[in-house]
Amino acid sequence: MSRVKVVFWKELADYFGSRRFLILFIIICITGASITYIASQTISQGQTSLSVGFIFLRLFTSSAGALPSFTFFISFFGPLIGVILGFDAINSEHSRGTMSLVLSQPLFRDSLINGKFLAGLGTVAIMLISIIIVISGLGLYTLGIIPNLAEISRIGIFFIASVVYIGFWLSLGILFSILFRRTASSALASITVWIFFTFFIYMVASVIADQLVPVTHTATAEMITNNEYLKKLIMRISPATLFEEIAVAVLNPSVRVFGFLLPAQAKGLIPSPLPLSQSIMVVWPQLVGLIALMLICFAISYVIFMRQEIRAT
Amino acid sequence: MEWIVETNELSKTYNGTRAVDQLNLRIKEGEIFGFLGPNGAGKTTAILMILGLTEPTSGKVKVYGHDALREPLKVKSVAGYLPENVGFYEDLTTKENLRYITRLNGMPDKEALPKIEEILLEVGLSEVADLEVGKFSKGMKQRLGMGAVFVKNPKLAILDEPTAGIDPEGVDQILKLIVRMSREQNITMLVSSHLLYQVQRICERVGIITKGKMIAQGSIDEIGKEIIKKGETLLEVQVSKVTPTLLNSLKEIEGVKDIEKKDNHFLIKCARDLREKISRAIIESGSLPLQIKTQDYTLEEIYIRYFREG
Repeated sequence: MSRVKVVFWKELADYFGSRRFLILFIIICITGASITYIASQTISQGQTSLSVGFIFLRLFTSSAGALPSFTFFISFFGPLIGVILGFDAINSEHSRGTMSLVLSQPLFRDSLINGKFLAGLGTVAIMLISIIIVISGLGLYTLGIIPNLAEISRIGIFFIASVVYIGFWLSLGILFSILFRRTASSALASITVWIFFTFFIYMVASVIADQLVPVTHTATAEMITNNEYLKKLIMRISPATLFEEIAVAVLNPSVRVFGFLLPAQAKGLIPSPLPLSQSIMVVWPQLVGLIALMLICFAISYVIFMRQEIRAT
Repeated sequence: MEWIVETNELSKTYNGTRAVDQLNLRIKEGEIFGFLGPNGAGKTTAILMILGLTEPTSGKVKVYGHDALREPLKVKSVAGYLPENVGFYEDLTTKENLRYITRLNGMPDKEALPKIEEILLEVGLSEVADLEVGKFSKGMKQRLGMGAVFVKNPKLAILDEPTAGIDPEGVDQILKLIVRMSREQNITMLVSSHLLYQVQRICERVGIITKGKMIAQGSIDEIGKEIIKKGETLLEVQVSKVTPTLLNSLKEIEGVKDIEKKDNHFLIKCARDLREKISRAIIESGSLPLQIKTQDYTLEEIYIRYFREG
């Protein structure tokens, strides 16, 4: 364990000292802050439909004009952060010639990959928490509203989900950095997966759903819902979809279902905000799925790394 | 005799090709052992197996009594390793790189910091202790690599091609450092190289490997004798004058294989030591032997010879 710590602190220091981190951090801070500023302007001008409570959470979810909301921003750019931090974790050690130097020291091989992964997660966590604090500070200043405990815990869960989400992309980057010897290949491969999950999964889901449950002008309500349900199901392969659903449900206490709500289901529904525990219940499958995706991806990299020949050229 | 590195029938197959084939390597405490062979002979693979960094296909490795496969951590804590083309973290300074190594070895900073200073002095990098490694020359990196080996207080240092690609002055510094560390700190050295003269200068014993097989092992003299026993002696003969019958009578001596003539010098290849018969033949043909000497086998001759056979 102590060796993991050594690797962890060294990698963490490396991340924070690296130029790409600095650039990423500046971009994210500026964008995050400006998004929030505009959102808070919109809220304080009363252009919001939410009349009571949870105004603080609107900071993270409301979009203003062309600017997207903070949650969308994370769901879209989070993968890039993860990939950028992870794509050269292992193969850069090979190309620099430090791999055999480090592994010839008395540490287990997994200490290296564990340390690197944890350092990546640590970096992501520190980065996100700073942005969230920046946003909250701005919100306090512009709105003059103090967040209550429920809001703070919802933000906390949103934070954990974001770390796990970016952690998935981090471990995907690490996986490709093990599979490919050249950093350019691993970066391209990671970005390809990101583009697929972000842009193409919707098309793929639509095509499959329309093939299996065609929606024509004679379609019944049941067929349309089935089609929609299937589409959602396929899209949930993408961690981005899972993350977006978690973010929506956690930051928006009135959300209780995703997709269509039929009149029959909505009958007798009291449109009050859900308590935190119920909101978590709504996205529990998504949360577990996201964590599982991250862990599986890391487990695959772990196994491949442990079996890899040091000088497989 | 107690061997500190001992491999038994060590073999490694990569994708169907045998990189290392039933290698039996033995190293004594405190010696400088030269591990010689051409590029791609399997030296690095053998070294990786000795360190437990690669799993052997078959065979066993013991380093200070520890099985490299079962207890790689124990092996790695007694053995320092300088990889071929060693690299460092380029954004870190010389000192920080070494600090990382000592921390990975679990050395407390109190003990490590003076050791790092001492080692930097030893490898001649004190002046660049606080500079980033990125701009270092190959020679400096190599010396830092040596520093990284010695900073962990190893009992055994395994140096893979420590002199490859370095200017003569740098080579000299590195070889001197190897000898000095071996004497002063009693560190056993395993130096792999394809550069003979350098190794010949410092090694007490050598092992020659080609195509994964160890074909000779022992001191340079022993290996030379082994060759002599096997076949040929080379005699350099100088005579007072060349008479017409001389060449023929020399050729008729039983056991003479080949004669090269150059003025009054002859280079005679023969199966045994035929000095007596040759001098007699020279006198009988009316000349006088001025000088007859057996030529010593240099490591290079041994080496080339073995490579041809291999």
